[in-house]
Amino acid sequence: MIRMENVHKSFGDNRVLQGMSLEIPKGTSMVIIGGSGTGKSVALKSVLGLIQPDEGRILVDGKPAGSGDRDAFLARFGMLFQGGALFDSLPVWQNVAFRLLRGALKRPPAEAREIAIEKLRRVGLKADVADRLPAELSGGMQKRVGLARAIAAEPEIIFFDEPTTGLDPIMSGVINDLIREIVVEMGATAMTITHDMSSVRAIADNVAMLHDGVIQWTGPVADMDASGDPYLDQFIHGRAEGPIEAVR
Amino acid sequence: MMLLAPLGQLGRAVLGALAAAGRISIFAWGAFSHMLRPPFYPRELLVALLNIGWLSLPVVGLTAVFTGGALALQIYAGGARFNAEAVVPQIVAIGMVRELGPVLVGLMIAARVTSSIAAEIATMKVTEQIDALVTLSTHPMKYLVAPRVAAALITVPVLVGIGDIIGVAGGYVVATENLGFNPAAYLKNTVDFLEWRDIVSSLVKGCAFGGIAAIMGCYYGMESGRGAQGVGRATKSSVEAAAVLILAANFVLTGVFFSL
Ligand SMILES: Nc1ncnc2c1ncn2[C@@H]1O[C@H](COP(=O)(O)OP(=O)(O)OP(=O)(O)O)[C@@H](O)[C@H]1O
Ligand SMILES: [Mg+2]
Repeated sequence: MIRMENVHKSFGDNRVLQGMSLEIPKGTSMVIIGGSGTGKSVALKSVLGLIQPDEGRILVDGKPAGSGDRDAFLARFGMLFQGGALFDSLPVWQNVAFRLLRGALKRPPAEAREIAIEKLRRVGLKADVADRLPAELSGGMQKRVGLARAIAAEPEIIFFDEPTTGLDPIMSGVINDLIREIVVEMGATAMTITHDMSSVRAIADNVAMLHDGVIQWTGPVADMDASGDPYLDQFIHGRAEGPIEAVR
Repeated sequence: MMLLAPLGQLGRAVLGALAAAGRISIFAWGAFSHMLRPPFYPRELLVALLNIGWLSLPVVGLTAVFTGGALALQIYAGGARFNAEAVVPQIVAIGMVRELGPVLVGLMIAARVTSSIAAEIATMKVTEQIDALVTLSTHPMKYLVAPRVAAALITVPVLVGIGDIIGVAGGYVVATENLGFNPAAYLKNTVDFLEWRDIVSSLVKGCAFGGIAAIMGCYYGMESGRGAQGVGRATKSSVEAAAVLILAANFVLTGVFFSL
């Protein structure tokens, strides 16, 4: 279980998170929505300890994130970065199998490669991309390689930062199904950021909306349409008029 | 008030420089400590050895041969003013081995290696690859910094040694072909004149300059700001810092070796 309690984070005088609190029960899929630049990516990175919050606590299974053995802590996580963040000096399969080629989860290279190709297949990529360099792939393909890397070591907790942005509708469907499958079949805890409302409905157990540095609304996905929250309503219907200003 | 403003600026600049020196020292200490503790990444080390050592050979060789040749011409012309043309072999040897070899190789490494390390690591930082490394339980200091610094510490002294030899050889060719020196006598004079201390100082300088070059590249890369501008600034600062520190370290090391 992941708990964020009253998390604050500013960059200079840009106050991004201003007391964000959120709880994600084990084995559930939480989707975070919210306007561009509201700090969704910052929130994910704070949980991983890539960004230090100025204030507030983040607990993973009751223990403060980042306490104890950091390697063991991070070994439980998989993360898809918004920009893919593939290592451009390594071929695709070594990117996917990065964790399996070194450290505690090390396997023989042949086996790691096989796992990488299997994961690539699950994100809809053929085996022949395995030996290409990331720079030779299209944006959407890079995103899917990033996704394959995030799930390669079968982590318990997976963060997806905009997994379907830049993908065609069919591929988005494939990825939505995959995320759902990982949560249901592998019992993983997932935290996904997306702007794609059909993705939200496909993968969420719970939804949280981040606005003005705090969680404006959170609840089960089924309650989303009848929330009565003007901010959430404006967001899910994509209206220009409403309490959220268009210029931020 | 107006009169004090420059003083305030000076004070701020000094404080800023001291703070940077402190951060760089901590960074360097981290790099060394990670170099000695597992996990090690032999493949990364190999790639770094190749990039920093092997691929720098052409530029180091060319720098050294032209410098050695020019040095021979200068000493000959200068020496002729007081009938001391005969000292060409000795001065070329000492000049190359003690000073020009290490300094010019160091500066070439700053230009070639520091800049590329800084640009590469800064780009990785900007595109979140460093964050991705961390989430994949891999320490960037161990995976990126330690292999590069280790490779520079190993290869730059070797490069300096090779540069010394090629520089002396450049002087030899010019002296024997153009200035009428006897080849056997030139070589004998060179070998007899050089002391162990000259050679050791040259290699020690190489090691220090290599360390400086790699650490500056890594430090400014890791500290890079966001965007393409951040990468550009990191690269520029790293080369500036490496070049100035190499020259300063050269002064200090020369003092340590030859005036004590
Ligand atoms: N490392 C950083 N340094 C300075 N400012 C940052 C940094 N990371 C994020 N920010 C700022 O924090 C704010 C939130 O950024 P974040 O990337 O979390 O937005 P987001 O909600 O993920 O938006 P999007 O949906 O467009 O990805 C932005 O104003 C951004 O400029
Ligand atoms: Mg984002």
